[in-house]
Amino acid sequence: MREIPADKIRVAVSNLCAKANFSLRKDVLQQLRLAYKKETNKKAKKFLAAVIANAFVAEKEKIAICQDTGLPIVFLEIGQDVRIVRGDLKQAINKGIEDGYRKAYLRNSIVLDPLARGVSKFGPAIIHLDLVKGKKIKITIFPKGFGCENKSQLKMFKPTVSIEEIKKFIVEAVRSAGADACPPYIVGVGIGGTADYSGLLAKKALLKPVAGIKIRKLESELLKMINRLNIGPMGLGGKVTCLGVNIETAPTHIAGLPVSVNISCHALRSATTEL
Amino acid sequence: MNIKTPLDAKQIKKLKSGDEVLLSGVIYTARDQAHKRLCEVINSGKKLSFDLKGQVIYYCGPSMAPKGKIIGSCGPTTSRRMDEFSEKLLAKGLKGMIGKGGRSQDVRAAIKKHCAVYFLAYAGCGALLSKYVKKSELIAYKDLGPEAILKLEVKNFPLIVGIDSYGRSIYD
Repeated sequence: MREIPADKIRVAVSNLCAKANFSLRKDVLQQLRLAYKKETNKKAKKFLAAVIANAFVAEKEKIAICQDTGLPIVFLEIGQDVRIVRGDLKQAINKGIEDGYRKAYLRNSIVLDPLARGVSKFGPAIIHLDLVKGKKIKITIFPKGFGCENKSQLKMFKPTVSIEEIKKFIVEAVRSAGADACPPYIVGVGIGGTADYSGLLAKKALLKPVAGIKIRKLESELLKMINRLNIGPMGLGGKVTCLGVNIETAPTHIAGLPVSVNISCHALRSATTEL
Repeated sequence: MNIKTPLDAKQIKKLKSGDEVLLSGVIYTARDQAHKRLCEVINSGKKLSFDLKGQVIYYCGPSMAPKGKIIGSCGPTTSRRMDEFSEKLLAKGLKGMIGKGGRSQDVRAAIKKHCAVYFLAYAGCGALLSKYVKKSELIAYKDLGPEAILKLEVKNFPLIVGIDSYGRSIYD
């Protein structure tokens, strides 16, 4: 058994908070640059230039890319040959979030009671634990902004549904987000599993590189359809409504076909480390 | 086009949806909970702690100000969530709103009725926009944390007219 002290996890989480919020993901920045080249709407192009400039200001001056520093979501892959010692794992993660958010001057956007609301805090994070082979711990922090989270959708399709209907549902989810959730978007789609699991898949899909080299056929078809919506950067109209569509699938039941859509704004932020 | 706050009808009438403007002067941050409270004050017949006449509200909850900086990241939040509160504030003299995304038909009609204007700020560009803020002062609802009302002084804050006083929207 390899022993990893809880404190080491706390420090790692803290550092990831700053990294995720100050440094825009390279794959996203790359797609933004391509979008800038592609876009022909003058105002939209000017906006994309501002988005790229914003990423540089954030990185250089250590100031959050977006004021909505999100609801912190933490994905943990723990090797089964690891033992966490000298502390409680979940406590270490949440303390790491608080340290990280405080140190990096990020925003306290979390209310403990969703109905009573009340004073907002830095956490707690939503923590997803996964047990894997090996003796390492992989930590990913994904601060999800809520302007785009509010546009999430779930539909429980019949198993006999046509692929065209599924595509229509996904495209319509983006259409209904319109200009509100900071386009150009990155669209995460989860297909299969259960209602709740498809939502998790859609979120995990956003963690995959955007428009990676091996774009699947369905992903590229959806990307084209969404870009024909003419929502455009900032909703100003134009060629680039979406930077990429990522789909995750999972086995599901013979009686159903859950599909979840999780939209991300152009400021898709996440950071990963391995201990 | 350069404009200065407070806004008057003459300035507002010149603005057309799609115009790019640089705004200077005082603006006030307020988002969900602050709107709810402001409207509760209005409903109860009490006086607001600051005069809305000719003023501009920015739908923004900035991240914390790093040491040595005036303000943290400070981009706009989704305007639609404030739709149900806007008419009340416009009736009290509010002349401008800054946010991101579309508005309801009711808000659009209210903008026209009260000769006001809705601006779009560069969405998701909070770090960049912080450069245009020259002063920041907390003036109400400290307990709301990032949702407290701040009085900001901005210089050449870049905006696009989203809905003009004639009710025309950039998204049409």
